[in-house]
Amino acid sequence: MIGISCLVSSSRLVRTTVHLKRGLSQAVKSDHASTTTEAPQVSSGGSSLHPQETPKDAVKFTLKPFATHLIETPEPVAYATKEQLLAYHRTMTVMRRSEISADLLYKAQLVRGFCHLYDGQEATAVGIESAITFQDALITAYRNHCQQLGRGDTPFTVLSELLGRYTGCSKGKGGSMHLYKAENKYFGGNGIVGAQVPLGVGLAFAEQYFQTGNISVTMYGDGAANQGQVAEAMNMAALWKLPCVFVCENNKYGMGTSTDRASANTNFYTRGDVIPGIRVDGMDVLSVREGMKLAAEYARSGKGPIVLESVTYRYHGHSMSDPGLSYRSREEITEMRKRADPIELVKSRIVEQGWATEKDLKAIEKEIRQQVDEMTEKAKQAPLPPVEELYRDIYVEGIQHVRGTLVNNGLGNYLA
Amino acid sequence: MNKIFMFEALRSAIDEEMSKDETVLVIGEDVGHYGGSYKVTKDLHLKYGDLRILDTPIAENSFTGMAIGAAMTGLRPIVEGMNMGFLLLAFNQIANNAGMLPYTSGGNYQIPIVIRGPGGVGRQLGAEHSQRLETYFQAVPGLKIVACSTPYNAKGLLKSAIRDNNPVLFFEHVLLYNMKQEIPDYEYTLPLDKAEIVKEGKDITIITYSRMRYHVLKAVDRLIEKNVDPEVIDLISLKPIDMDTIIKSIQKTHKACIVEECMRTGGIASEIIARVNELIFDYLDSPIIRLSSQDIPTPYNGLLEQNTIVNSEQIINAIIKQLNI
Repeated sequence: MIGISCLVSSSRLVRTTVHLKRGLSQAVKSDHASTTTEAPQVSSGGSSLHPQETPKDAVKFTLKPFATHLIETPEPVAYATKEQLLAYHRTMTVMRRSEISADLLYKAQLVRGFCHLYDGQEATAVGIESAITFQDALITAYRNHCQQLGRGDTPFTVLSELLGRYTGCSKGKGGSMHLYKAENKYFGGNGIVGAQVPLGVGLAFAEQYFQTGNISVTMYGDGAANQGQVAEAMNMAALWKLPCVFVCENNKYGMGTSTDRASANTNFYTRGDVIPGIRVDGMDVLSVREGMKLAAEYARSGKGPIVLESVTYRYHGHSMSDPGLSYRSREEITEMRKRADPIELVKSRIVEQGWATEKDLKAIEKEIRQQVDEMTEKAKQAPLPPVEELYRDIYVEGIQHVRGTLVNNGLGNYLA
Repeated sequence: MNKIFMFEALRSAIDEEMSKDETVLVIGEDVGHYGGSYKVTKDLHLKYGDLRILDTPIAENSFTGMAIGAAMTGLRPIVEGMNMGFLLLAFNQIANNAGMLPYTSGGNYQIPIVIRGPGGVGRQLGAEHSQRLETYFQAVPGLKIVACSTPYNAKGLLKSAIRDNNPVLFFEHVLLYNMKQEIPDYEYTLPLDKAEIVKEGKDITIITYSRMRYHVLKAVDRLIEKNVDPEVIDLISLKPIDMDTIIKSIQKTHKACIVEECMRTGGIASEIIARVNELIFDYLDSPIIRLSSQDIPTPYNGLLEQNTIVNSEQIINAIIKQLNI
């Protein structure tokens, strides 16, 4: 920070609390597919992903090389254990099944409006989450169902929100693009491209202000990278050395426009100018994790912000309204599914190490599929928000009058 | 009691709140070392440091967004727009993120932010620096909008705005900063949602806000000489509008005139007239008249500029006509 009388605010910590999700860590302890019996509360993210000391039985994996900007390039290796890879496999599978459910619900016209699916990109969400904790803040744009899951929510709550149910994380009033989890410091879920980046810098600013040692992970896409407010926000973060990791999820297309048709400089990890950057393989959860570990440490150390570009791919179109074929070929999608699927990659590593067989993993996937399907059915039956909710949460306390569509309805009485 | 300038009253509100609550901070351009372009934050950086009186780059959209993000975690930023017009660059952040986040998140987050700054027509500042934003923002759900008009209410209202957990747009006026008034030494706050009855009366209700209050009061002096007894209401709260006070007044006087500085189309008066129409039409003896700025970009030339806003003569003539004197 530019030399200042810093506040020692030990008395005032950030008001959110941290919950460690217990369900998943219990599940991972067993070798087989058995999980908590309290379905449908199996969450897909949480404490089991969060960093621990590298255990002695960790195995070395070779990764694709990293690319870096203004920072030393780390060795492309990762050390991981069986428990970790199984946890990543499980979490990514929950995410994948949840997105498939969302797809089916949308096609059945039960989910309306915009629905942006993340399948193909799961390794980025899981890799990031595995290198940070719920004390660190996370914010992203609208393609955020899996970040909500990664931050500790369940497919039941996420799908409830997509279905406009009262059991949704935003009581059905936000929808697909507005998922939040305050107690695990997940700040959404934002609809306007790039507008979440200044918010993310504000989150970093608050961590700096309270001297918490936490970071803010601010995610945006290759399309948003061209927003002026992103450049503005990066300037401020660099100026004040805010603990912000800017994560650019480069899935090669900003809606229907490929990166080379939108960006003069497609090396998004260099777009921070004086801010250092690292590019990771977004289809490999270990590559994302290692890159994120480096980035988080950098940001936490007080050196300032850093950019992490995760090169990834989305199988679906931009949203459910986009078949995703007018600007790319079907072959390209098939090729990516075959060659680079993040779940297949982690599975092949598990099987190669002899930590589980194909059959074991398929059994886990089948069970997860059942659980997610159960949650989907439950969400479809969940209660709708009562009409009074129309007028709640507009203001924080004690309002007052909100007119309805006619002067006689709505909340409050003018002539009181 | 001591007599202080409006900008000092505002400063004292900020100072008092910042000294009580370390989550309050000021974010804006030149609020620190420069001393604040209208001196509202002068020397506060010497007391609170460069972090809590944060000089930003010229990036309204993103520093407003940054302040909103910080507010989501529990900080209470006061964003200063050097001129309220510049906040148009941050319209998306203010409308979508400040106004609507508590709702779209189903109550997960609150945004206790104050966005303050001078607006209004000044002295030949040109169209881009003479903006009045109340018309545009009044429709955004989730915002509160307040217009201060005296050093006394400026201080009380700003303190309340800082303490409020909702986003508050706090409109000041460029030409009122050098107004002097005696204000109490003791601590006081004023409610954000109550209009002020500046003068009680029975013949006609004159509703106004911000700098137009003074044009109205000047007109009222002349009207009193003609034996007219107007009731003058200063709205203070532009969103939500204090309809209770307005209704009680019109039920008494049966006539109303609204004097505003925003442009006629879709302005604050249009909203009040619509509501009075819906709620207490039967109490009116004659249509409500509104005197607003013309729907014209504010010209640079002084005389032309004067013509775009309402003056006391026009108020007097309009009321005389309405009362058939």
